[in-house]
Amino acid sequence: MSHAAPHPAPLTSQDRALRRPGRGRAPRRAGQDRARRRRNLAPLLFISPWILGFLIFTLWPVIYSAYLSFTDYDVINAPNWVGLDNYRQLAEDPKIGLSLWNTAYYTFIGVPLHILVSLALALLLNQAGRSAGFFRTAFFLPKMTPPVAAGILLLLLFNGEQGLVNEVLGWFGFDGPSWTTDPTWVKPGLILLSLWSIGSSTIILLAALRNVPNELYESARVDGAGFLQRTVHVTLPMISGTIFFLVIVNTIGHFQTFTEAYTAYFGSGNTTYSNDAALFYVIYLFQQGFEFLHMGYASAMAWLLFVIIMIFTAIQLWFSQRFVFYEGRQ
Amino acid sequence: MRIHRDICAGAGAIALALALTACAEGTATQEGDEETASFDPEAAPTGSLQIMGFGAGDEIATTRYEAAQQALPEVDFTLVEGDLDIQQFLSAVASGEPPDLVYANRDQIGTFASRGAIVPLDSCIEGEGIDTSAFREAALNQVTFNDQVWGIPEFNSIQITMANQELLDAAGVGIEDVNGSDWEAVTSASTALAEQTDGGIGYDSKLPEFLPLWAHANGVDLISEDGRTAQLNDPAVVEALEWAVGIYDDQGGFATVKGIRDSADFFGSGNQFASSTLGAMPMEQWYVNVLNDVSPEAPMAFDTVQTPEGEPVAYASGSAWAIPAGTDTAAAACRFMKVMTATDTWLAAAQARVDLREESGQLFTGVLTGNVEADEQIREMIPADAPEPWASAIEAVYEANDSAFSFPANPADAEFKTAWQDAVNRVLNGQQEPQEALDQAQEEAQGALDEAWASWDGDSGGR
Repeated sequence: MSHAAPHPAPLTSQDRALRRPGRGRAPRRAGQDRARRRRNLAPLLFISPWILGFLIFTLWPVIYSAYLSFTDYDVINAPNWVGLDNYRQLAEDPKIGLSLWNTAYYTFIGVPLHILVSLALALLLNQAGRSAGFFRTAFFLPKMTPPVAAGILLLLLFNGEQGLVNEVLGWFGFDGPSWTTDPTWVKPGLILLSLWSIGSSTIILLAALRNVPNELYESARVDGAGFLQRTVHVTLPMISGTIFFLVIVNTIGHFQTFTEAYTAYFGSGNTTYSNDAALFYVIYLFQQGFEFLHMGYASAMAWLLFVIIMIFTAIQLWFSQRFVFYEGRQ
Repeated sequence: MRIHRDICAGAGAIALALALTACAEGTATQEGDEETASFDPEAAPTGSLQIMGFGAGDEIATTRYEAAQQALPEVDFTLVEGDLDIQQFLSAVASGEPPDLVYANRDQIGTFASRGAIVPLDSCIEGEGIDTSAFREAALNQVTFNDQVWGIPEFNSIQITMANQELLDAAGVGIEDVNGSDWEAVTSASTALAEQTDGGIGYDSKLPEFLPLWAHANGVDLISEDGRTAQLNDPAVVEALEWAVGIYDDQGGFATVKGIRDSADFFGSGNQFASSTLGAMPMEQWYVNVLNDVSPEAPMAFDTVQTPEGEPVAYASGSAWAIPAGTDTAAAACRFMKVMTATDTWLAAAQARVDLREESGQLFTGVLTGNVEADEQIREMIPADAPEPWASAIEAVYEANDSAFSFPANPADAEFKTAWQDAVNRVLNGQQEPQEALDQAQEEAQGALDEAWASWDGDSGGR
């Protein structure tokens, strides 16, 4: 007995359409796309003011400043294309080297000191028990002081003759230096003043310390580890991500430092005293752009700073792969 | 594909940015209508007048502002108060929406004029009949750029010598020893005065800001009369700087003097004269009012600052009104400037101050207006029986006012000023010797002046 194969029923056009590769999923995918677009619409609408603000007030000025860096522009007359002249001038201007040196000094001494002191305070606060709340507030309060006030404060606290800092040094038999006039001591004075605002870093590090699992400390204790060993082998690795974040943010912040030094040494108060040792890069950029009206040159300066910050951030990111521990990636 | 799309989007954004840039260029400088405006003293200007940089903060300002408003009854006024924000002003002009009137420091006028941010006032002055001969020469000099007047000056700030009489007596010296007429005497008196203070300052030569004063007293200005040539390393300037810095060196160095200076209660009753921590210094005349207000019993002595020849000398500065390029109410702006700086308006303002001072039992010490006629008449309003030492202060102020000098307007004033001030600061900080510092400043300042003048001469070929 032979079995004949059943004769297939004739295909309708709809069947043919459904059998064509991909066609069967098309309406369903279109519907999914529409649904996804609908789902995305609300968040996009909510975030659109920020997007607009970013495009108009950040991205556009950034692009425009790149264009201006190739022009001679005095704010009022039309920019005049000068090609690479501004960048050539950067190489010849002795104040660029001076201001970069001042900024590098301030950054590479200031940032490690900032992190170390913040960490020390956070470790102390972590041991403080019930009084931690009070000290947390106390450490954060100076951060609320406007930077302009801090600049004025510098002149008073670090006054070589009658300042509080030298008075305290005098109690211990030290003859304090002329912090605000001696070029050797101007930057150390500014670095010490910058510690005035370590409150936020301290709070961030304290939060990271509170997140270190207690079991790790208990295990370390069982193994006979003392406070120092626990700090080095447990605490620091566990908060290295936070430390790395603070290093990046503070490095960028220190490279862009302006207000305190400008107020203390270059402001337009009742004095014309200034000090080359406090001429940070952004202060010189401000002078060129807003005092001398060399906006094209100032734009070129801004792009040079951008490149420098990018290079240092890239170096830090590279180092982070070796020294930063992320619990989620173990 | 996706990368390609992103690249296209990025390129589109940059293209859009460059297109917008091109649009921005088109709105940069606008032609003012100062040349076409009608300046007729009989006309009644209309419209709105936005004024930038002027604050009606005291009776001198409010009285004059009200007078100007009354003179322009059909004009709406808007004040953008506070010190002039140069960036805000220039951006407003560049965007084609300038204020109608701007109130600036006189030393900014040359820079604004050279950039085309303000318009020359020839038509305004002629049309409204503003008598420029009434203005003090030093004041008018600061707003005259390339032989044209670009601003209407007002106020005059000058310096006089102020000293603590008790310290002078204790040191065995007189006010004539610290008025600058004999530099060696000042140096000696400074040492003697310092010994009488309790860790204070004998004499403060007020560097860096007063280098122009000492250089002029020594026979040379920091810049040539045409505003084109820096004279910062002229031997007379170097000598002046060496002497003025030497005053600090004899007192332990500038760091010591600045430390004491910074910690002084400058505007309070415990100021350095009242607390006998400063022997003498040259200072602007407004400080006489401060001292009279907060420490009227301080044992003060006053004199002019004098040249080695014994002539009074002072470095003038002040404010000025200017009409921005592109304003459409130049006629109202011109009338406003005229009324604000007219003799009658100054007299009314001075009377308001006299009344207020009488009410509070304080002495009226005068107002320096920048207008010669107004100054003379206001001086007559000062009580003839003004007590000493304030009568001497008033006498010195008016004498110095008659002998004031100024620098001509130039297109690179900020850079010029920064160059010489930085040089003085490098010397004060011990980084350079006076000659080396001023040589460097000369190079920097002349470079900035040459570049700015070249730009002006090139642009203004047809002007």
